[in-house]
Amino acid sequence: MIPGSFEYHRPASLSEVVALLGQLDSDARLVAGGHSLIPMMKLRLAVPSHLVDLAGVPELKGVRLEGGEIVIGAMTTQHEIIGSELLAQHAPILRETAEVIADPQVRYLGTIGGNVANGDPGNDMPALMMTLGATYMLRGASGERRVAARDYYLSPYETAAEPGEVLAAVRVPVPPAGHGWAYEKLKRKVGDYATAAAAVILTLSAGKIATCAIGLTNVGGTALYAADAAASVVGTALDKPTLARAAAAATAIAEPAADGRGSAEYRAKMAGVMTARALTRALARAKS
Amino acid sequence: MSLTNVSMTINGKSMSAAVEPRTLLIHYLRENLGLTGAHIGCDTSHCGACTVDVDGRSVKSCTMFAVQAAGANVLTIEGMAGADGALSALQEGFREMHGLQCGYCTPGMIIRAHRLLQENPNPSESEIRIGISGNLCRCTGYQNIVRAIQYAAAKMAGLEFKEAAE
Repeated sequence: MIPGSFEYHRPASLSEVVALLGQLDSDARLVAGGHSLIPMMKLRLAVPSHLVDLAGVPELKGVRLEGGEIVIGAMTTQHEIIGSELLAQHAPILRETAEVIADPQVRYLGTIGGNVANGDPGNDMPALMMTLGATYMLRGASGERRVAARDYYLSPYETAAEPGEVLAAVRVPVPPAGHGWAYEKLKRKVGDYATAAAAVILTLSAGKIATCAIGLTNVGGTALYAADAAASVVGTALDKPTLARAAAAATAIAEPAADGRGSAEYRAKMAGVMTARALTRALARAKS
Repeated sequence: MSLTNVSMTINGKSMSAAVEPRTLLIHYLRENLGLTGAHIGCDTSHCGACTVDVDGRSVKSCTMFAVQAAGANVLTIEGMAGADGALSALQEGFREMHGLQCGYCTPGMIIRAHRLLQENPNPSESEIRIGISGNLCRCTGYQNIVRAIQYAAAKMAGLEFKEAAE
């Protein structure tokens, strides 16, 4: 499969990227790891006339702590996320999630920026970013602005990013020490998108859940923030009826399409099952 | 569409060819440079038959444009044996442990296993299986591929691998 013709650009700085996007036709596309875009180009579902490669922009790389936030450059790969000691120490759910994305080869190239920016509801990082309360840093011709992950996704492949804007970094508030975490993903095989998946971050106080956030992957037109499911477990010790209520609340907001992974009813049900499993595992990991 | 001259270091040699920006790395290697060791299997970044090593990363070369690898250091299956033709530990392992039947997946398997052993010289069986989870084999059932990689890890550590092929 041969993609359509395009002109290739490899800017060396973020300001150059923004300037290029301003000059080029509106069908110019950014390429990060390329593992969503290049397959689309090979199928001619995407036929950009210009490709702007972000690989030569050093300011988009790296993971660092800044105040109470972890700043992850958009071009940080899934492989680098898995290997990051800083993330393992402060937000290990990022490693657990990255490890179930695609396969080793794809993780060497696939980036967090590419995973969250394009609005593919099958991607795993958007639900996690919603769960963590992350913020996306968007750079455009008029400067930088912040958009909360929970406000970023509008519909499949439609996001709050304006034409000409680049996602430069994600900022994740450092979860409290002793927090519980889990990402549960049901998939048919290595490399598959989730049949359903759930991310959970929670904290305990005196043996009961003090705070909780839940996000769902691939069971709707966008990643979903499951506020009601999370609220239903706060103040409890997560007994069986509470778990069942949380699972039902997650299932209730899921609107998956029927596909090769199962019927819509089955996948919505699995959103609940993944939520219950992730809650159980997060609780076991949390310390009061 | 105009051609761009794309150069990279492949198996220690500087090589170049004039290609369109849309030329995929696998086509650049196979058709422009005649390096047909890496195979095209699924052409959809699933099967791993086209895996080559680009700057220390295992890459599915059907999902990277040659221009993106300009200036990179690339290793393909053609670069695994010594200059005198002596097999690398991995190639010897695949031969001794019957790590292949039809051989179609083998170049990708070996290049992927090479990077895996560079990063983790003493992997557990489970780490090997996860490590090669982006490479499909339709013949072996993977048992002997895992053994071949264990054989190579042992040999590279100066140890003898005692298990037999199935």
